Amino acid sequence: MAEVDQAQLFEFLCRMGDNTLVLGHWVSEWCGHAPVLEEDIALANTALDLIGQTQMWLGLAAEVEGKGRSADDLAMLRDVWDFRNVLLVEQPNGDFGQTMMRQFLFDAWHLEMLGALAGSSHDQIAAIAAKSVKEVQYHVERSGDTVVGLGDGTSESHSRMQKALNLLWPYVGEMFAADAVDNAVAAAGIAPDPAALRETYDARVGAVLAEATLSVPEDGFAHKGGKSGFQHSEHLGHLLTQMQWLQRAYPGASW
Amino acid sequence: MKPATEEIWSWLDEVPDPEIPVISVVDLGIVRDVAWDGDTLEVAVTPTYSGCPATGVISMDIETALHDRGIENVRIKTRISPPWTTDWLSDTGRAKLMDYGIAPPRAAGGPECCPRCKSTNVTRISQFGSTPCKAQWRCTDCLEPFDYFKCI
Ligand SMILES: [Zn+2]
Repeated sequence: MAEVDQAQLFEFLCRMGDNTLVLGHWVSEWCGHAPVLEEDIALANTALDLIGQTQMWLGLAAEVEGKGRSADDLAMLRDVWDFRNVLLVEQPNGDFGQTMMRQFLFDAWHLEMLGALAGSSHDQIAAIAAKSVKEVQYHVERSGDTVVGLGDGTSESHSRMQKALNLLWPYVGEMFAADAVDNAVAAAGIAPDPAALRETYDARVGAVLAEATLSVPEDGFAHKGGKSGFQHSEHLGHLLTQMQWLQRAYPGASW
Repeated sequence: MKPATEEIWSWLDEVPDPEIPVISVVDLGIVRDVAWDGDTLEVAVTPTYSGCPATGVISMDIETALHDRGIENVRIKTRISPPWTTDWLSDTGRAKLMDYGIAPPRAAGGPECCPRCKSTNVTRISQFGSTPCKAQWRCTDCLEPFDYFKCI
């Protein structure tokens, strides 16, 4: 198997960690604001899992990089253009329905990705994935159930879920489009070819959306530029001003 | 003289889990290994959930307990592989959970019975509970809600 360039491995790890970091931060904003107590607790727990997974991914990224940076440095001191998350996870919370649609579209990919990474040729990556995938099984079960409940709910909840799906669907394609980094880690047996996850993803997502009486937009257009860092949406900058404020205002502050 | 690891295990069995204080960190199955490396005692700890806020506190509690017993050099090693599983909960731990009002995990994916009245008529309220490791269930006989320690 091909040896992987450490700079590309670092990029790949940042993608995994930035996805969970950015989504985890958005989801944490629901704490105290969700429509019912159970959902509030579930969202807070999901956010905690995602931030915990971030510590492992960015911790390993920092180790691979070997420049003395920590997971916290990567999370709190990089600017927009250095983030490598997909565009889907940086889309704003919107209403509760939009948050849950974003969560489900990501969870379904996350589950397949982590399942494949659990068999990675890289021991540390396999270990992080094996641990995370158990948590993500709970995430996807719940986000899928909620999409069904709201999609096949009242006419108001149905129309909001369809709107959320129409808004977010163009961000799905980026998760499956391979670039040089994906090809390098795939050649080394570290990660799967992203396109190989699409069939299972479509089957799972298709079944849930059908049960939710929602229709997948026919236009196949897909935004890109998040995981390469080439073109993030305006929303990421807004998120970072909130998330990084303390470390920017009081550098080195700790508990 | 260095205390034997068997004795150290018994000390650790007195360190309570910070969120569910009726069970010890040993009952919980997160202490995976205790070994001397020269004058340093190395304790391998496997976190439950990635985002479990108690993980840091648990490491600190273990260190404090061992320092109190006169062990000066303690090194906590976080071991994530193999990942923690509820199968590692001890039988004592399971019994203590039930007494405390938390239904222990079962492969079937739900509680065997209500911890309060032991009725088997129970229903799930939410897959996520007060901590990442618990789900919320309710007894349809005594009508009390209760926590279920979910499988992972
Ligand atoms: Zn009962």
